[in-house]
Amino acid sequence: MTDSAQTAAAQAAEPLLIDIDHLTKRFGDFTAVDDLTFQVRRREVLGFLGPNGAGKSTTMRMLAGFMTPTAGTARIAGHDVQTDGVAARRLLGFLPEGAPTYPEMSVIGFLRFCAKVRGFSGSELADRVAHALDLTTLRGVQLQPVETLSKGFKRRVGLAQALLHDPPVLVLDEPTDGLDPNQKHEVRGLIERMAPDKAIVISTHILEEVEAVCTRAIVIAAGRVVADETPQALVQRHPTGRLEAVFRQLTMPEAA
Amino acid sequence: MTPTLAIAGRELRAYFTTPVATVFIVIFLVLQGALTFNLGGFFDRGQADLNAFFTFIPWVFLLLIPAITMRLWAEERRLGTIELLLTLPVTQAQAVIGKFLAAWLFCAIALALTFPFVIAVNILGRPDNGVIASGYLGCLLVAGAFLSIGAAMSALTRNQVIAFVLAVAVCFVFAVASNQVVNDFLSQNAPSVAAFTRRLAIIDRFTNFTRGIIALRDLIYFASFMVFFLFLNTVLVDQRKAD
Repeated sequence: MTDSAQTAAAQAAEPLLIDIDHLTKRFGDFTAVDDLTFQVRRREVLGFLGPNGAGKSTTMRMLAGFMTPTAGTARIAGHDVQTDGVAARRLLGFLPEGAPTYPEMSVIGFLRFCAKVRGFSGSELADRVAHALDLTTLRGVQLQPVETLSKGFKRRVGLAQALLHDPPVLVLDEPTDGLDPNQKHEVRGLIERMAPDKAIVISTHILEEVEAVCTRAIVIAAGRVVADETPQALVQRHPTGRLEAVFRQLTMPEAA
Repeated sequence: MTPTLAIAGRELRAYFTTPVATVFIVIFLVLQGALTFNLGGFFDRGQADLNAFFTFIPWVFLLLIPAITMRLWAEERRLGTIELLLTLPVTQAQAVIGKFLAAWLFCAIALALTFPFVIAVNILGRPDNGVIASGYLGCLLVAGAFLSIGAAMSALTRNQVIAFVLAVAVCFVFAVASNQVVNDFLSQNAPSVAAFTRRLAIIDRFTNFTRGIIALRDLIYFASFMVFFLFLNTVLVDQRKAD
């Protein structure tokens, strides 16, 4: 057996944490997500790519149980997000698009609220919040109201909320949007460190990020999967060996 | 239960960290005071009771409670925090009830701050404090009924002004349903509807409480009223959360 076959076999033995099965979402006549099927196992960091309006956020919202699919199912560690939503969301850390937070709350107040809703109390709650603050280096601003923070800090507050309960499944919609290069580097490091015991899905427009942290990339266009392979295999699809060129080729075939 | 209380706690704290609480409580007390003393003739009546106070309270609530509830869901949708809230491990019913409880508790705090009226009548005469207590219970139930209407209307739209206007309109319908003018009109033109609307009216039930009558059927009326609108609220949140 070759090395890559061995890793593939090892990966296939990991528990299946995200199972998206023929998921479809229509808004009137417009089909945002069209019969999408894929699985993510533990140890995988899936980069979810596609042009704006391709259906990335819609897919993530359905996976988080926020949007009701028109057809198909999504499961998190075996729990159907529609029929067994609370159990599914307990195992999920979700960063919604734009990282919304309550503007008038302090950083620590907001995280304490999320921890309380998740059922933590007492010293465990304090530990969880402290750990999340450390992971996202928010210690220095923990008492500031969220509305006074810069875009990058707000994003990290959203990230801290998603990591709070150390979930086996992380779904992050554009986690590095609005961060400066140093902060991007930190978040990538954080994702790499967490990868071994989680299934992580990140959507991004930053293609270098996919090569840096993802073990697998799915490119969608008009709600359909147009590529699903490792970033290394993906770049070989274009003679230039550049992901940007591959992305253009896949999502705008007529232009390429 | 824990998520419901966590949401209620956050909401209640939000009232007091923004100017909403101060503005609401000050306006409520000034308005209620002015109406009781001037229009209600609190002193001229020469009676040690709070009837002048209770007469106006549903109408003050009619105007002010939609101001509390208009932001309840509309603001969550505008800020996008509804996506955060509903992707936490909570059911939609828990979120609806948590928000409602916080708003209700907030109204109870505002109502409790009218205590000087109670002290005043007790100094000036010998009122029936049982009747006053039952009147206050009635106030709380009217507040709860209007809040449940307002919360449901807020879930209907992401525009706070629309939420406010709709809530005032629906509350108004339930408030005037037992009004003499409305009743006469309905009995003449649609007698079958008249009996029905009178049963649905809020003010008649409230008046029973201010007279010191706490009837089980009135309690059931208010409870089912709130349950109905909270259920409607849950359905609306589910239908419209991702719009």
